[in-house]
Amino acid sequence: MIESRFGRFGGRYVPETLMAALDELDAVWSVAREDPEYWLVLHGHQDGFVGRPTPLYFAERLTEHHGGARIHFKREDLCHTGAHKLNNALGQALLAIRMGKRRIIAETGAGQHGVATATVCARFGLPCVVYMGAEDARRQEVNVRRMRMLGAEVRPVDSGSATLKDATSEAIRDWVTNVGDTHYVIGSAVGPAPYPALVRDLQRVIGDEAREQYLSAERTLPDAVVACVGGGSNAIGMFSAFVGDTDVDLIGVEAGGRGVSGVEHAAATVAGTAGVLHGSMSRILQDGAGLVRATHSVAAGLDYPGVGPEHAMLAETERARYVAVDDADAIAAFRRCTALEGIMPALETAHALHHVGDLARELGPGGRVLVCFSGRGDKDMHSVAEYEEAHR
Amino acid sequence: MTITNGTTGRLGRSGARLRGDGVSVVPYLMAGHTGLDTTRELGKRLVNAGVGALELGIPHNDPLADGPVIQRAAQRAVDAGVTLAGCLEVARDVADEGAAPVVLMTYVNPVLAYGVERFARDAAECGVSGVIAPDLPVEEAAATGSVLRAHGVDLVMLVAPTSSPERVAAACAASSGFVYCVTVTGITGTRTDLPAGVRSVLSTVRANTALPVAAGFGISRPDHIRDLAGHADAAVVGSALVDLVDRGQDPTPLVKELVTACD
Ligand SMILES: Cc1ncc(COP(=O)(O)O)c(C=O)c1O
Repeated sequence: MIESRFGRFGGRYVPETLMAALDELDAVWSVAREDPEYWLVLHGHQDGFVGRPTPLYFAERLTEHHGGARIHFKREDLCHTGAHKLNNALGQALLAIRMGKRRIIAETGAGQHGVATATVCARFGLPCVVYMGAEDARRQEVNVRRMRMLGAEVRPVDSGSATLKDATSEAIRDWVTNVGDTHYVIGSAVGPAPYPALVRDLQRVIGDEAREQYLSAERTLPDAVVACVGGGSNAIGMFSAFVGDTDVDLIGVEAGGRGVSGVEHAAATVAGTAGVLHGSMSRILQDGAGLVRATHSVAAGLDYPGVGPEHAMLAETERARYVAVDDADAIAAFRRCTALEGIMPALETAHALHHVGDLARELGPGGRVLVCFSGRGDKDMHSVAEYEEAHR
Repeated sequence: MTITNGTTGRLGRSGARLRGDGVSVVPYLMAGHTGLDTTRELGKRLVNAGVGALELGIPHNDPLADGPVIQRAAQRAVDAGVTLAGCLEVARDVADEGAAPVVLMTYVNPVLAYGVERFARDAAECGVSGVIAPDLPVEEAAATGSVLRAHGVDLVMLVAPTSSPERVAAACAASSGFVYCVTVTGITGTRTDLPAGVRSVLSTVRANTALPVAAGFGISRPDHIRDLAGHADAAVVGSALVDLVDRGQDPTPLVKELVTACD
């Protein structure tokens, strides 16, 4: 049985037209995830194509800089295409092939999930359409070119705020219209059931590898596991391997934008309320009338008014806690990590890295922090330059 | 067939006027599209034009089931600050005409934010007969449905061309007032022709319910209405009318033309 609800969150709030496809996806995933043959094929592609397992890295100079608590990175930035997104896109493409659905659609914010989906579609010869907010397409222009180079059709979305929320809605509308021959590769642990569970299962490889690597390198578990949260896929992939380790703190870092006391942020778990967005009940950013609020983050991949329903549950049960890091702190963490470790993080990842610094100083020498290094930052050179230009 | 409990809306069940000879026309307006006052005037005019019911859309800024025309109308209303409370006042004034039932079409989140119980009470008090929620499939509808029905307001379930026989049966069993049959695999918006499979979907629905059956999505022309005669009790006409309103034109002549299509 694939979970449909996570406590009071989750479910399927979608047009009836999609219900049959969700039932089919649920049935196919129920079988595939118990099928050794599926995993054998997936592992084959993970080895040669994705570059798994990704390393565990001891961040020696950041450790020193932040006062001695040992900081480790799980290097998802070294996945092919530069982020954890490929883990999910690859697994779902194999499922689409199982279902005989040859046309693939996806939404993308930062462009990382779009690039990952376009990449697997090129690999398997599947036609691919990616919806991207017009504003994001401008911010992440290099990724638009990458997707087109890979053979995907990129459709800019002008409606609403022209960002990830609108791209996701447009992808869902495409799916409603073409559900017979199309699989929607959703890019995060959001959406109607079974997507949140499916994406978690496909991203869990991050946490499973990291836990084993950490134990073998350090002979113990970390005090805290930290990950940035947009929709929450890298975080849930990481957390799910440690949820049973009750001594390990799980901390999700959301985008604080220009400050969570105002409205220009994207911290749905920290500052949102229960509501329905994109097919599931979760914590969302909305006004008193239930309208979805416009969000802001310097990191396009975190600029989303919702969060996966499992995170909403983990927050409510207090198994995980969620904090917000603002634009300025994320940019500073981006510079610090690049300068001290020679590893340029994605701006999304930089949010988590800022909190890792706070946490390390709090824990002091002897403390241990493991962070999901969700992606590389080359794509963000433009955003960082633009931010610094505006804040000189 | 499900007979619902409770009192009924001021004009009776939402499907009360959908039966009869020919195909009843159910026009759709987006509340507050070009201002709530215009919606009120148009609504009053349309319920007096021989329609089976009036469907009033509640604006939302993430309308997943809607095409560009209704998306744009919703955004205009949202940008103008139209509230659910304001929409309910318009519904009251239109229902007060006593000419045709008023049914609200709303996404679930604005209702959750307003409070389901408060929404049901206020909708009933305004004489609303029924509610259609396009993102509330059978699995998620039970709680909302029972609150609405306790106040005498129908929750109309939708059936799609992709619905399995089991899902059609479940939706029909959970519906009250009438059953809304989505004619196309897709979002709202006008189409030149109705899809070939529409009659078979309608007959499957018929076989599962004694409630009136309304067809909707993509219907805009008199020949569409004639095609549905004998298969559907009613036809919901949305985007074609909303498009006229968007351009500042009166949709009443088109509605009248559709109402007489089967004469
Ligand atoms: C590098 C990177 N990290 C994190 C995210 C946020 O997504 P999620 O919360 O699903 O991991 C993105 C999204 O584009 C990303 O590109």
